[in-house]
Amino acid sequence: MTDRPAAYLDAASSEPLHPAARDTLLAALDQGYADPRRLHRSARSARLLLDNAREVVASCLDVRADEVTFTPSGTDAVHRGLLGLVRAQPRRGSRVAFSAVEHSAVLHAAQWLSSMGRAEDHERVGVDREGRVDLTDLARAAATPEVAVLALQSANHEVGTLQPVTEASQLGDVPLFMDACASMGRLPLPEGWSAAAGSAHKWGGPAGVGILLVRKGARWGNPFPTDDRVDERTSGFENVPGALASAAALQAVVAERDEVNARHFGLIERIRSAVAAVPDTEVVGDPMDRLPHLVTFSCLYVNGEALVTELDRRGFGVASGSACTASTLEPSHVLAAMGALTHGNVRVSLTRDTTESQVEQLVAVLPEVVDRLREGI
Amino acid sequence: MTHPDVDLELDCRGQICPQPVIELARRIGEVEVGRVVAVVADDSAARVDVAAWCRMRGQEYVGEQTAEDGTPAYLVRRLS
Repeated sequence: MTDRPAAYLDAASSEPLHPAARDTLLAALDQGYADPRRLHRSARSARLLLDNAREVVASCLDVRADEVTFTPSGTDAVHRGLLGLVRAQPRRGSRVAFSAVEHSAVLHAAQWLSSMGRAEDHERVGVDREGRVDLTDLARAAATPEVAVLALQSANHEVGTLQPVTEASQLGDVPLFMDACASMGRLPLPEGWSAAAGSAHKWGGPAGVGILLVRKGARWGNPFPTDDRVDERTSGFENVPGALASAAALQAVVAERDEVNARHFGLIERIRSAVAAVPDTEVVGDPMDRLPHLVTFSCLYVNGEALVTELDRRGFGVASGSACTASTLEPSHVLAAMGALTHGNVRVSLTRDTTESQVEQLVAVLPEVVDRLREGI
Repeated sequence: MTHPDVDLELDCRGQICPQPVIELARRIGEVEVGRVVAVVADDSAARVDVAAWCRMRGQEYVGEQTAEDGTPAYLVRRLS
């Protein structure tokens, strides 16, 4: 066995636990076990930690503490955020207008509304070649009386393109739900949303913690059965250690993001230009107006699963939007909506400690790996 | 095939991505410049990937038809 590079390059699926979160999590496991709704000493300790976590998250995201809800996952935060806005718009219909490149959590929430008989066809709004939503079509959808809510992500989770959230929020009096899972912590939140969602394990917090934000004064109603907990917007026993560790990670990530983002942006630029030099390969997504840490590309005539497997064999862990790598056997709806090549697809996303040397090793092996897989056809 | 310019039909039924596109690249040279190849494929990725191939390789994506058995056929005009 040769000395091979071990590079985990799938931060957009899940960032490794931030060191600041690890220490906090261990301490909070011992102090935050009790029911924060009880009145005894242990409960008061848990409640204090939970309130502290909420304050820290609010301060990091530049929102009010009473706008922050901890949920059991990012997906749950998306569902609650979007469906809660729909529920609270009684004078409109129950349709959602969403960009064609939203995360499947948004699409599934909209489908669920339909399956419950609460809405008929939703408005799926197209994107340009870079994956950016068409604001003219979105405005047309916003003017449809049956449309209750617009759903637009802050940034695309597969190709990194930033979306014009603030412009979209000014298209009419329709409230906007923003899925911010791909960017929360890494970039400041855009303005204009009524509800938003994030996911802690994507910024280096533990899994099992989502963030639901509901703007003060926004019309939002719990779309699911209520629970008798500290925060009536969510349900289930509070994950106090997880919330506190997520807050600690967020604080650390926000503090270091200027330096990390600048470094990531340059490393991704390096990968983009190296990949562009490989024949019959296309780099996807906006080259400048994008998440700093992520790039997606597709290689003609190459099987995506084989590409991921071969890179893994050489020590690089990457994701893919190709159909053969997906549980659904359907190609990525994001790439399809952009008209981008769906086979031979790879998404590389950097963690906070990805090194320049790892990136150089990746761009050194890529042309050879692609060549070898093409030889086999 | 109803399109008048189709000179070659590639039967890619049952093939998964990227095989239909590989087949297209391999055999488009069999038709004259200006003529059309039909890629008959049931793999859902082919709908996006045949059009993307045309864009990347400078050929013209004409559109989609349906073969007699209901399988989609993607039409490509050879430009070079």
